[in-house]
Amino acid sequence: MSETNSVDIGLAGTGASPFPPHPSESENPTSPNTSPGGTSFGWLEGCGSWSRRDFIKGIIASGVAVSGVPYLASAASRPALQAGGERLISLNVNGETRRVSVLPNETLAMTIRYKLGLTGTKLGCDRAECGACTVLINEVTHYSCSTLTMRVREMEITTVEGLESETGELHPVQQAFMDELGPQCGFCTPGQVMAAVGLLTENPDPTREEARQAMSGNVCRCGAYDHYLNGIMRAAREV
Amino acid sequence: MAHLIGRDFTPPDLRAKVTGRAKYAEDFRADSMLFCRLLTSPMPHARVRSVDLSELRNMDGVVGILTADELPEVRAPGNTILTNEPLYVGAPILAVAAVNETVAQNAIAAINVNLEPLPFCVDPLESLRPDGPNARTDGNIVRRGEGVVEMKWTAEDFDAAGEGQMPMGEPLAEWSYGDVEAGFANAALVLDESFVTAGTSHHSMEPRSAMAYWENGKCYVYGSTQSQAYVVPGLAGLLGIEQEDLVYISEFCGGGFGSKGGAYPVMAIPAYMARKTGRPVLMRISRAEENFIGVCRPAFQGRLKIGFQSDGRVTAADLYIVQNNGPNSGGGDYNSAGSAMSLVYTPPAMRFRGLPILTNTPPTGAQRGPGQNQLATAVEPIIDKAARELDLDLVAIRRINAPDNSSGYGASQGPVTSAYQREALDIGAEQFGWEDRRARSGQRRGSKVTGVAVGQAFHSAGSGGFDGLLRIAPDGKLYIHTGAGNLGTYSYASTSRVAAEVLGYDWDNVEIIRGDSSRGLPWTLGQFGSNTSFTEARANYASGMDAVQKLKEIAARDLGGSPSDYDVGNEAIFARAYPSRRLSYAVAAQRAIELGGRFSGEQVPDDINQMTARAVEGIAGTGLIGVARDNHPRNGTVPALATGFIEIELDIETGQFEIIDYLGVADCGTVLHPMGLAAQIKSGAVMGFGMAALERHIYDTHYGLPGTVGLHQTKPPTYLDVPLEMEWNAVDIADPQNPVGSKGIGEPVMGCAAAALLCAISDALDGHYFNRSPIVPDMIVNAASGQPQSHSPLQVNTQ
Repeated sequence: MSETNSVDIGLAGTGASPFPPHPSESENPTSPNTSPGGTSFGWLEGCGSWSRRDFIKGIIASGVAVSGVPYLASAASRPALQAGGERLISLNVNGETRRVSVLPNETLAMTIRYKLGLTGTKLGCDRAECGACTVLINEVTHYSCSTLTMRVREMEITTVEGLESETGELHPVQQAFMDELGPQCGFCTPGQVMAAVGLLTENPDPTREEARQAMSGNVCRCGAYDHYLNGIMRAAREV
Repeated sequence: MAHLIGRDFTPPDLRAKVTGRAKYAEDFRADSMLFCRLLTSPMPHARVRSVDLSELRNMDGVVGILTADELPEVRAPGNTILTNEPLYVGAPILAVAAVNETVAQNAIAAINVNLEPLPFCVDPLESLRPDGPNARTDGNIVRRGEGVVEMKWTAEDFDAAGEGQMPMGEPLAEWSYGDVEAGFANAALVLDESFVTAGTSHHSMEPRSAMAYWENGKCYVYGSTQSQAYVVPGLAGLLGIEQEDLVYISEFCGGGFGSKGGAYPVMAIPAYMARKTGRPVLMRISRAEENFIGVCRPAFQGRLKIGFQSDGRVTAADLYIVQNNGPNSGGGDYNSAGSAMSLVYTPPAMRFRGLPILTNTPPTGAQRGPGQNQLATAVEPIIDKAARELDLDLVAIRRINAPDNSSGYGASQGPVTSAYQREALDIGAEQFGWEDRRARSGQRRGSKVTGVAVGQAFHSAGSGGFDGLLRIAPDGKLYIHTGAGNLGTYSYASTSRVAAEVLGYDWDNVEIIRGDSSRGLPWTLGQFGSNTSFTEARANYASGMDAVQKLKEIAARDLGGSPSDYDVGNEAIFARAYPSRRLSYAVAAQRAIELGGRFSGEQVPDDINQMTARAVEGIAGTGLIGVARDNHPRNGTVPALATGFIEIELDIETGQFEIIDYLGVADCGTVLHPMGLAAQIKSGAVMGFGMAALERHIYDTHYGLPGTVGLHQTKPPTYLDVPLEMEWNAVDIADPQNPVGSKGIGEPVMGCAAAALLCAISDALDGHYFNRSPIVPDMIVNAASGQPQSHSPLQVNTQ
């Protein structure tokens, strides 16, 4: 692999921001995928020209492609993703208005984790298989790894960081998960908490069966389901 | 009377988990941090001919590229960090760092790697055929002292096996004890069964992401490992630096299940990239990557010949296992399975043979009950088959063979510290209402049939000889330093409570120091192998007793008399005969500082590990230091034994089942933390249900490509795959070789449940035994309708 060392890739990015430039400094008008300009985007504006394929690639979870006859195609044959231009938008997160620059294909999970600093929301699969990234959008549970940030600008987003009261009092679901020793490794816990809060908002008095149906989109590899359900039933008594 | 041992408590890290404040490796940020992505192999076995980076010349934001050529060479068959000869799909070839993840991924896509496909193998038995393919260019097996060599069986070996039976050519490992042939000759029933257990991915919820940077000559790594102190020597070795130049932070770990027990190669990449670029580097591992680099449980193809008396007592066992080892060094699952066989069923005579064959599937490693749990899924249904043929009760046939304190372990039949499997079976049978439930076996409700069964599993669960460290500060608080990891069992805390128990501390006045090697952590065994509750309880007992002794000596100096005149209680040291003659711990800590020497950690015992000595150095002179190596006597294997009772309803038209009830019973010595134990018994069972009926690796034999990638296809159990409520119990009899009586339990609680579910499915099918795990719906429908299965008996990579 001597070729590797002979190519000067040097320090091309030294000094650059970890993220693309602020939109007030630069929007990329040359990108064919950039949405039309303007100030009054609706829900889907800003992402309408993005195909599902672009979206999935934007998640950057590709790793190895394993379908068809993949190894006839080298890695280089996969087209590169055009980054597109960021736009400065306002998001309502945990009751606060946050101004943030967002790519058209950016997922809510990436925005809240990497731009808003809210790392409580976890990425377990980045493809809607596990629920670790569950947040509430207008009080309804969503996988933030599979929600475009551009789509939720007018909505109320609640992450696990938004549940405690201003005086530090835990939400009943959080307290019940502590009392029942719900979490094990804890990585899926924020998603479990948010799914449970969403459930109890919609159905404050669920049966255990209703609770497990509602929670079934949240995988726990530790297998702590029994204790999480105990916690939900306890919280339901106290909500 | 223990005031902490055996009582529930709120683990100190729990609030951070429910509030999202718990920081895992991917949650850390550093100024000017780069993002790293991996280029991984799309082929099961290939050689990198060339790498064309010309497309990167015009890409802004790419900062660094790391290749295998820049890393220390790994001797075969070790796991590589990066490689120019990928041996499995998903093997990391090179890494790219860029200003953001999108640029890094675009750069990966723009690199043209020219790969030369090489022969590959995804089925160990195929590799053993006379002209079979080898997974590595040098061969298909690792021999001690010889490295990778070729092992082939003869055509006669295969022909001699018999229709549908496992061939048994030359093994790599072989041991025996007792007269095996006489055992079979004297048996009323001899079964000779071939079996297959599938490989399964760990799929910890947190992929093995890592962040690293260098500062003032030290390397800071934020990793995801189930161990803390134990990782440091291995990771320092991977990075080629001294242990004292590595700061390792792993306060939280999003699951490991054996796959993150020690340092693993890929976690070194951000550190190497950070050194090369001069900037912090975060490497976020995707689920798709984790599927491959996250290692897996090795699959078995095996054969068991086992003899029984008419009362069910085992007379002899002859076990042969071929392990699908993956391409690298792998683990000793097959041998562990043999030893487990010797303990769980106590055969008076036994032979074990086996070998691990290299394949171009993901590297294998320990997964919860490595070897022992595959054995449970293979053998427990065979025990049920014998019970049916001998017309014996399923609990009774296990009870008559159950290990006790006199049982032997493995090839040497060495002693065990304690074993109460018969008691566990009795407790479970009573609580489960065994007789009444068994009466429901075979009951029909429409297309649904009731199955009732029991399963058992074992794992060795303890070690010794590690260090404990604590500090009583002048503020009167107790600071317990632990090098145990935090993989979610809370045993780092429940074993720390042993030191607090010894000192009579109020738990509210105790703080646990852990999760960051710069905080001064003692040398500790990794948090794996169900060992923490035994090993760390002993180490914390040792440091606690050292502190008690020093407190007594200080009291004798200041208040008169001899140290033996004093006792501890209410966070004070007092004269037994004159309780008012006392020193509070706060005052004693201040006196320890004034006295110096070994009282305040200025001097340390000769027999502690260097890591512990360095930890003491960092806190010396700040309080009374309790530090000691665990020299408590230990002789023999520490058995953790688990039993699962299950009732299911099996729909014979769809192959679906519902678990109506599950009860898990543990023999783990004295219970340290009841709620934590309950969580392990129940959640371990959940993972077991996945092993029995949901999860498996499938590799396409034509291209060597995986058919099960990610969570959707590997199918870890969800809320809907498990019983609505689960029950637990424990024998709760102290192990004599632990000062507080505790043993570990985390692993067999999975295997017993997997075995119980497999047995229950066969019970509902009126004794149709599949000799295979997992049992998936189409197999059940075929069996129920009298159709042949779509796979041959020893076939792997099946649906």
